[in-house]
Amino acid sequence: MARRTFEVYRGTAADGKLENYDVEVEPGMVVLDAIFRIQAGESPDLAVRWNCKAGKCGSCGCEINGRPKLSCMTRISDYPDGESITVTPMKAFPIIKDLVTDVSQNYRANKKIPQFRPRPKDAEDGWRMYQFEVDKAQEMRKCIECFLCQDVCHVLRSHGKHEEFAGPAYMVRTAAFSMNPIDTVDRIEFLKETGGIGYCNITKCCTEVCPEHITITDNAIIPLKERVVDRYYDPIKALVRLVRRGGKNG
Amino acid sequence: MESSAAVHERGLGKTLRRDRWWVPPLSVALGLSLCGAYATWAVLQGNYYFAEQFHYLSPFYSPCITASCPEDIRLFGIGWWPLSPAILMMGVILGFRGTCYYYRKAYYRAYFMDPPACAVGEPWGEGYKGETVFPMIIQNLHRYFLYASVVVWLFLTYDTVMAFFPHGQFGMGLGSLVLLVNLFLLSGYLFGCHSLRHIIGGNVDCYSCAFGGKARHGAWKRASWFNKRHMGFAWFSLVFVCLTDLYIRLVSMGTITDFRLF
Repeated sequence: MARRTFEVYRGTAADGKLENYDVEVEPGMVVLDAIFRIQAGESPDLAVRWNCKAGKCGSCGCEINGRPKLSCMTRISDYPDGESITVTPMKAFPIIKDLVTDVSQNYRANKKIPQFRPRPKDAEDGWRMYQFEVDKAQEMRKCIECFLCQDVCHVLRSHGKHEEFAGPAYMVRTAAFSMNPIDTVDRIEFLKETGGIGYCNITKCCTEVCPEHITITDNAIIPLKERVVDRYYDPIKALVRLVRRGGKNG
Repeated sequence: MESSAAVHERGLGKTLRRDRWWVPPLSVALGLSLCGAYATWAVLQGNYYFAEQFHYLSPFYSPCITASCPEDIRLFGIGWWPLSPAILMMGVILGFRGTCYYYRKAYYRAYFMDPPACAVGEPWGEGYKGETVFPMIIQNLHRYFLYASVVVWLFLTYDTVMAFFPHGQFGMGLGSLVLLVNLFLLSGYLFGCHSLRHIIGGNVDCYSCAFGGKARHGAWKRASWFNKRHMGFAWFSLVFVCLTDLYIRLVSMGTITDFRLF
């Protein structure tokens, strides 16, 4: 059986280090399996957050060789034999212990989004809509809230703008609400002010790391930016609105 | 055992990534710089941009709107402009490409290193304002450069057609095909524009409620096909527009002879 060296972050935010573990690996193993073996052997106190081990709960997000990934979906065989594998906590969030980070700022960001409010029912049993018009919103509903996109977003990770910018995951959530054909809420002002969409400079890292392959930048953030442009930066549309308002008043 | 510094360190290039993350931003910087340098040089030349015999007009000079333009292609004939006619149109093209959502990613990474690559440290700190303040807030005017570019695109289409009908008769040379490929690539780039995709149908949520909703959804779907390939069209069209100018320049100078097919 082959052996691989794992360099795993151990400690808190204030005091920690990368510790080496020599782990026996078998074909098909993922990085989370190696973490379990470390827990079962040398370090039973190694802290890691996980749940489904199927890439659907979004709990086991961490950084493997410096790249945000789900440890349950990352095969050890993806990395060259003989090289160690580094496993570290998500850098954008405060470390609680070892691989576990405090992601509560994401929940606070989520609460700021104006919630979904549907139009009145248009049939006795609910609403009528076509599949083609819910496709856009359904892509956004694939989000498993693993926060890998939040972790890799340089606005949060390098610039620490957690209060100013809701982050890609919550742009996706806003898009899921706003692109729903029966939604009635205007979120443009939220996007510009509280959501801070202008902080995003389209570097597309969120799209690169999304385990659900949501095209976050092209299908969520940019369309939402364009909606903000419609309202705040388009002088022709502003003129049309002014004329219409004048017409109504006159 | 290693120090925790490797995990917490911030600053340019700080990362635990082991791949050659610096290759893409370096390649983009080189590519954009080379194309930018050639385009600037070509635009400032102000001559050898029109091969009259075959009616080949360099895309950098289309439409040609100053008094110094050859009579066959002159439009408006603006007399007060003393410099190369291409400079006037360059503002539109540079504005369109410069505020393009794809190129923003490319040059924010390659030139501004903000960030240089995903999960790689950058030199900037907490003063970051993104596109919320001047000058980057100007990026929000992308759709205006789009509107102007559509007009330029119409002229490019006309010029390409004219390259198949020099002096009113059908004729086709290698230059005609070069211009046709150039038009195809520029069209692909234009049709995949995020702003265009938004304006023609992306801004609609309830297609069955909106006027012309199905048609707008169809248009949005088609624009989405191009949008998925926006990066490819952006690069190919950028390189090819330079090559097209070079070909026409060499034909116009008499350095090479256009290969005539018909």
